[in-house]
Amino acid sequence: MVYAQPKALTPSRKDVLVLTPWLAPIIWEGTFNIDILNEQFRLQNTTVGLTVFAIKKYVVFLKLFLETAEQHFMVGHKVIYYVFTDRPADVPQVPLGAGRKLVVLTVRNYTRWQDVSMHRMEMISRFSEQRFLHEVDYLVCADVDMKFSDHVGVEILSALFGTLHPGFYSSSREAFTYERRPKSQAYIPRDEGDFYYMGAFFGGSVVEVYRLTKACHQAMVEDKANGIEAVWHDESHLNKYLLYHKPTKVLSPEYMWDQQLLGWPSIMKKLRYVAVPKNHQAIRN
Amino acid sequence: MYQPLNLTIGVTVFAVGKYTCFIRPFLESAEKFFMRGYQVHYYLFTHDPAAVPKVPLGPGRLLSIIPIQGHSQWEEISMRRMETISKLIAKRAHQEVDYLFCLDVDMVFRNPWGPETLGDLVAAIHPGYFAVSRQQFPYERRQVSAAFVAYNEGDFYYGGAVFGGRVARVYEFTRGCHTAILADKANGIMAAWQEESHLNRRFIWHKPSTVLSPEYLWDDRKPQPPSLKLIRFSTVDKDTSWLRS
Repeated sequence: MVYAQPKALTPSRKDVLVLTPWLAPIIWEGTFNIDILNEQFRLQNTTVGLTVFAIKKYVVFLKLFLETAEQHFMVGHKVIYYVFTDRPADVPQVPLGAGRKLVVLTVRNYTRWQDVSMHRMEMISRFSEQRFLHEVDYLVCADVDMKFSDHVGVEILSALFGTLHPGFYSSSREAFTYERRPKSQAYIPRDEGDFYYMGAFFGGSVVEVYRLTKACHQAMVEDKANGIEAVWHDESHLNKYLLYHKPTKVLSPEYMWDQQLLGWPSIMKKLRYVAVPKNHQAIRN
Repeated sequence: MYQPLNLTIGVTVFAVGKYTCFIRPFLESAEKFFMRGYQVHYYLFTHDPAAVPKVPLGPGRLLSIIPIQGHSQWEEISMRRMETISKLIAKRAHQEVDYLFCLDVDMVFRNPWGPETLGDLVAAIHPGYFAVSRQQFPYERRQVSAAFVAYNEGDFYYGGAVFGGRVARVYEFTRGCHTAILADKANGIMAAWQEESHLNRRFIWHKPSTVLSPEYLWDDRKPQPPSLKLIRFSTVDKDTSWLRS
């Protein structure tokens, strides 16, 4: 394979941090050569699982999510979509490329949208143990009310990854919307915290995702027993977990963006996974 | 992050012929700077165990002295290291250590070398070639050699004096290099920089997961550039022609 020589004295990006203090790469456009990475992962015959929850009215987002995933997500690699839904009949028939399949997992719904969101942790941990462990090498856990608008590939894969929340990547840690009440299992004091990670996109090896989702679920059960619910639900618990179990890769906000709210700043060379406009009130009822 | 894992870090080092004079400064400086707070196991290969000085080691740190055959040609000694390391791993190191570093002995530690260096497969950038185009890397350029690298290939030029990683990965790596060395031997060819040439070729096709900057492999004869904030491991001033005679 012929490619340009990496230069030891030339940083790939001068405008952003590309490595965390614990030496995990922060993935921005320009920091990686996808051809080298694709070859490495194809040699391992890697299979990637993508979990997505389409509960009640959220089934309406599936078509665009899956169609754009077909165009941009792990193209050239083996993919299994795991669609968790309470409405299996409403899962659209989207044509899939070679080596890619879709599995529908029928689950219960919850009345409150916060509970729908939080119980994803429980469901992912349960299915990780029961089936994902034997079927895929890596799991990517994504929100459904989004679409892929540019390449999202093997550059994201590692033992454990989180994604920088697009609203907080330039904020001070005191301004992060961590859970601040010590009574909650998700509590993080004001002088702690690396980044604010978004609950909508995280993943890693099946084992590490299992550990994360199990820990978050148990923490939420504990909170419920103590009569408290973390301010940002599963996202608060995710942030607590990743503070004490540092991710081995961090995805830049290229991997989690909202163009309507945030525009297209010059620091974003690509917008890869973006929010689909929705009427919050209508959809959450 | 790494301390609670109760890791043991192995180090292989070869001191054959006159190179036994480097053992004391190597070990004394390692005791001061190498993986402080971790369990460390030095595997010292030498033709003359009686020549090994008594260097006090801190708690949780061990030295195993392993006799090996000397050789009249220094190139031969150098090349046999890959085979010796792989055999050590198969025989005992796979049970005794989690990570293994293979270091040259004619060096000293000058500043901390810690868990930032731990990775699945670790290489170090050669201090002579980090600012140079790949066409100028001293790869083996004869196509007949198993260490051949073409002019449009190559990432970095790595130094043979430092490599390592998880013990299983180091086993595969040293085995692979040794196989390539044997192939060349059968064809009556010795690569331009001995096992360093083979190491470099192998690292193109089995890329390291962690690359150490020249802070971890420096040549004190070079002036220190501004990009080098700290020198951690560097050459001892020596008379190469005398040593190799």
